[in-house]
Amino acid sequence: MRGTDIRKRLLLLIPMVLGITFLSFALMHLAGSDAVLQKAESSGIALSQEVLEAQRAELGLDQPFILQYLNWLGRFLTGDMGTSYVSGKDVWSTFLSKLPATLLLTGTSLLLTAGIAIPLGILSAVKQNRFTDGLIRVCSFVGNSLPNFFVALLLMYLLSIQMPVFPVIARGIGWRSAALPTLTLAIAMSAKYLRQVRAAVLEERNRDYVAGERARGIRFGVTLRKSVLRSCMVTLLTLMSLSAGSLLGGTAIVEAIFMWDGVGKLAVDAMEMRDYPMIQAYVVWMALIYALINLITDVLYHVLDPRIRLEGERS
Amino acid sequence: MKRKLILCSALALGLVLAAWFAEALCPFDPYEQNFAAALQPPSWEHWFGTDRFGRDMLSRVIMGARVSIFSALILVGIISVTGTAIGVFCGCSRRADAVLMRLADICLAFPGMVFGLAVAAVLGGGIQNAVLALAAVSWPKYARIARSQTLAVKNADYIAAARLAGDSFWQVIGRHILPNIAGTILVTAMLDVGTMMMELAGFSFLGLGAQPPTADWGSMMSEGRSMLQLYPWVIFTPGIGIVLSVAIFHLLGETIRDHMDPKNRTGRRRE
Repeated sequence: MRGTDIRKRLLLLIPMVLGITFLSFALMHLAGSDAVLQKAESSGIALSQEVLEAQRAELGLDQPFILQYLNWLGRFLTGDMGTSYVSGKDVWSTFLSKLPATLLLTGTSLLLTAGIAIPLGILSAVKQNRFTDGLIRVCSFVGNSLPNFFVALLLMYLLSIQMPVFPVIARGIGWRSAALPTLTLAIAMSAKYLRQVRAAVLEERNRDYVAGERARGIRFGVTLRKSVLRSCMVTLLTLMSLSAGSLLGGTAIVEAIFMWDGVGKLAVDAMEMRDYPMIQAYVVWMALIYALINLITDVLYHVLDPRIRLEGERS
Repeated sequence: MKRKLILCSALALGLVLAAWFAEALCPFDPYEQNFAAALQPPSWEHWFGTDRFGRDMLSRVIMGARVSIFSALILVGIISVTGTAIGVFCGCSRRADAVLMRLADICLAFPGMVFGLAVAAVLGGGIQNAVLALAAVSWPKYARIARSQTLAVKNADYIAAARLAGDSFWQVIGRHILPNIAGTILVTAMLDVGTMMMELAGFSFLGLGAQPPTADWGSMMSEGRSMLQLYPWVIFTPGIGIVLSVAIFHLLGETIRDHMDPKNRTGRRRE
């Protein structure tokens, strides 16, 4: 039964991919960017109208919109996303070469977020309404009101300029240059998710079975580990997948500040230069990666939560 | 509880009024350049120092409140109204539901900033385009809430009674469904004001929102980025403006949420 469920989700991915690609293509089409003119301008060669028309026909730009989209989709599926207006290089290979840096940053931030938010959230819930709880909540409130670029600049000021612990801008991809961008993303993210972890644990904690286990003399730590946390798993997982989504987008600004050489910085640069094929690649692939993460989360729900699994089997 | 609500509302109201009457509050002209007084550290004359054109930072931060706060309020207004309208419509009409909710799924598939970059690339920078881009990816949230709430109340007896009493389709929506779901939408919207303010500031910081020389917190911080080492006040004073106003709106949103929560209203405390 579970196999068909996952297959159903995979089938749903098809209209999603079509929607994402169509919307991105339509947006770039709206921009009225003319690849032929752009290339002619950047190469600096004056071309006659006939040559331009011939090149347009060759690229299929004289065809109706929907045909252009289908052509583009066909090329997109074979990994051909055109060439950059600015560098003249292949968009797909440029994008691929920068993607690992962004995925690495997303991964480390996610890990650090989980490492901060989950223990502190649990601690805050266990010590509900005590001093520790109050302190954690105040910190999380402040962190929640800090935009990530402000955190980035603050950290840069404190840890690179006042106390030169970390480099101001990333030199290559190493742990020292990854530290500040990771910390920046994790601070904003964990402030947000800490409170949700706290709320989830609190809700579970007030269930009758917790009191029942305590009445039977089971230590609270054991109940927490074996029952409370396990039933909070789905919430935690949802939070992680949601934060992966906002991280994928949010890295752009942090990458640009710390000069981290990933796709986010690539997109910000491309945006300034109006390099449409590059932006298109970024938008489509980020949305697709996000859709994929959501799919994986859904599959994991089934693995982790027997309630969802059983419901699927019953229907 | 009530006292906290009044205090937060007063703070938020004060902030909005300060943004509205920003011109009267500025000690200096926020756009007047005075190179003789460029990059002065905070002093009695210039509380927040001056920027590289010698403009008074305090005046610019006060002036920046206008763009930053009102654009966030307008954005939240747009998405909560359109999102709710679409959601209620979807809840009532099955055919619209299938189409619009798929569209919502697709819009939700784009991480906010990613889509924002694309829209800004197409339409160019500017605060209206930043608002537009964020609206395009944020409305589905409201549509989903409104839809599920509508579905929850749609089959209630009092709706059927209203129909029997002769209320039309639109009267049912206006008199019965909307008042019932307004609370949830209001809380969501209030909690969103601060978040949206941060997102918009991020757009401006990347040069996709308000353009210099407009006094806007995000673009002011972006302009001052290269001066972080020697003249940190140029960056941190607008930053403080953002953090304070975001915090005030967050606090207001949370207080309203707690206030509307029946668990708290009955005075029963969950232990």
